[in-house]
Amino acid sequence: MTRVAVASIALLLGACSSTTVVLLPEADGRKTELTVTDSRGDIVLDRPYAGVRRNALRTQPYASSADEVKRDFGAALAAQPPREKRFTLHFPEGRDEIADESRAVLDAALAEIAARPVQDVLVVGHTDLVGSGPLNDALARQRADTVRAELIRRGIAADAVQASGRGSREPAVPTPAGVAEPRNRRVEIVVR
Amino acid sequence: MTRAPMLALAFVLATLPAFAAEIGQVKTAAGTVAIDRGGATVAVKPGTRVEATDVVRTGPDGTVGITMSDNALLSLGPNSVLVLDSFAFDATTYQGKFDATLSKGSLAVVSGKIAKQSPDAMKVRTPASVLGVRGTEFVVKVDD
Repeated sequence: MTRVAVASIALLLGACSSTTVVLLPEADGRKTELTVTDSRGDIVLDRPYAGVRRNALRTQPYASSADEVKRDFGAALAAQPPREKRFTLHFPEGRDEIADESRAVLDAALAEIAARPVQDVLVVGHTDLVGSGPLNDALARQRADTVRAELIRRGIAADAVQASGRGSREPAVPTPAGVAEPRNRRVEIVVR
Repeated sequence: MTRAPMLALAFVLATLPAFAAEIGQVKTAAGTVAIDRGGATVAVKPGTRVEATDVVRTGPDGTVGITMSDNALLSLGPNSVLVLDSFAFDATTYQGKFDATLSKGSLAVVSGKIAKQSPDAMKVRTPASVLGVRGTEFVVKVDD
């Protein structure tokens, strides 16, 4: 056997593995898209259960199904971590104290954290569109730190809670700049 | 030491991320699961933190589920090898980049904040293909 033939066989063997990709429906029905690119080009998957199979010979789009996904990916899907759950606390204007009416929400978040296999919590602070960007970044972070400290005081491990601030980047209710909007002055507790 | 430098130091420590290298956390693990990290093998159980360049392996009876710090969910079926090539995520701007490679086996993905903020900032590779992710759920497998 020539050296070229040996090299060709090695190349073929290396390229022999096959890839299968299937787009799944979204939990909330949003439209999504996945682009699968290989040496033969791009294939866009944009419908639930749209799939593509690639092997050494061809790249072939196909229609997969819930049954096929269950058969081939049941174990991987069963191992999926629990989805995040969000709890929203509100804050008085310009302050970092939790509003009284948000205390019950804090209790609900604590119950959810306790029900999870691993404690893992993100605390994300937000402001309304009153004030400058840097000021709002600092205030959002302060609000998050306040809630983080409260969670730790209520028994959550300090290394399981991370705080961050999003400033006014992600208003719950879009408003023009300068509008005081109570629904935007908030902290989200993301239980993961 | 005077009070001012102490306060400054406390501030610096408080603003550092708690786990600079941490990019995610194992939430579910069953059967044989291990992580190759810098030449060593790390045992895996729920709560184990994952780091960039970790190689996650499952045995014939193994499955594992990981939540990344951008909220992406990755889970592996049996006989799988997943390389967490690189991961960067800014929790304030949600900008970031995430590359992972499924060398073999089966993987289920729910993309997170990185893919939502910047289309194509999250990529999943297989030996022959690249998947560009735009806020989506999908499954991928690699067979020998």
